[in-house]
Amino acid sequence: MDYKTVLTTCTYCGVGCNFFLEVLDGELVGTIPCKTSPINQGGLCIKGWNVHEFVTSKKRLTSPMIRKNGELEEVSWEEAIDYTASNLKRIRDENSSDSIGFFASAKVTNEDNYILQKFARAGVGTNNVDHCARL
Amino acid sequence: MIEKIKAKVKELLEQKKIEGFLGLARVNGHTAPFLFKNIDELDNMALGDNISSGDARYPLAKTLTLFHKKYPDLIFGILARGCDERAVNSLCSFNQLDKEKIIILGISCPKELAKQCECEQPFPDDLFAGEKFEKEPFVSVKKIEDLDLDEKFDFWSYEFSKCVKCYGCRNICPMCFCNECTLESEELISKGQLPVDMPAFHLVRAMHMADKCIDCGLCEEACPVGIPLRTLYKKTNQIMFNDFGFKSGTSTGQTSPLATKQPSQKIINDEA
Repeated sequence: MDYKTVLTTCTYCGVGCNFFLEVLDGELVGTIPCKTSPINQGGLCIKGWNVHEFVTSKKRLTSPMIRKNGELEEVSWEEAIDYTASNLKRIRDENSSDSIGFFASAKVTNEDNYILQKFARAGVGTNNVDHCARL
Repeated sequence: MIEKIKAKVKELLEQKKIEGFLGLARVNGHTAPFLFKNIDELDNMALGDNISSGDARYPLAKTLTLFHKKYPDLIFGILARGCDERAVNSLCSFNQLDKEKIIILGISCPKELAKQCECEQPFPDDLFAGEKFEKEPFVSVKKIEDLDLDEKFDFWSYEFSKCVKCYGCRNICPMCFCNECTLESEELISKGQLPVDMPAFHLVRAMHMADKCIDCGLCEEACPVGIPLRTLYKKTNQIMFNDFGFKSGTSTGQTSPLATKQPSQKIINDEA
């Protein structure tokens, strides 16, 4: 019999609510909002409250996918990165840097978003950077 | 107070009287629910006072039901304030817990917290550490009772309109244990829509809490938009006491008057 609570940060949006994930015998069984967190002060939205459910959801994507012959297929990270990089390069060379746009995400860290815009501007050479919250 | 509790938990663990002690601990700079199984973990024990008294309380009785469901034969200790003890008692009455399998270490709440909570009984019957303070009056309920009908209606309409339907009040509630929740029934509550169904959502919940609410106030503390839920449930509790002589969690083996009585047939329990 083993029970622990694990303090973590919600991955749903950029607010950064803290909560405890309840782990009973290695299985995620619940979410409890952290009352001592200055961010959410013991409150959560409906998505945060149910965060423990998506981790083990069968619908969750666990590997990258590429559409081949009209069907999405699971592929390795190696293949996905290779495919993305070579196609970005091809599109840029054929149609200019400004034919590519980048969407940053509220679901990742500041540092991830920083590196994305850096890649867009310095790597690809475009200012077409926007954010999922404006979609 | 905390040293006395640590010493007792140490004794219980050493004598193997309990599988573990469910309480609170200071971990990573935060107060968290914690199951103490080893004596060396006791150094981190906390009582739920962070910046002010009792501001880091958690629904420990709810967590205990998780344990009891999976391990019905194991005995656990639990840290309990007055409200936590009422939750344990009531959960036993509703067959969600077994009093034989629980060792309560009861602590009282300081006067400051009792006043803030307007608590009926800011200490458990089974008091292990702390001082017993008098009950505090329901000032918040009185304030709303003094409004006229239109003002009351406007007050609650405004408060309910703020609801973002996070279901936090239900999720944090130690007394919400149903497998199927009426608040998720699409016949009564529209799914995925805001504003919330008025007044169905909040009044259905208030009605369902009528024979359960032990007035811990965690619902109001979990509400991200600050709806005075505790005041609403305090009023419900008041009606339950005035009409049925019933107070949830004052003893184990209670029967809900909503299942057995009409309002005119007062039942008076031992504590009433």
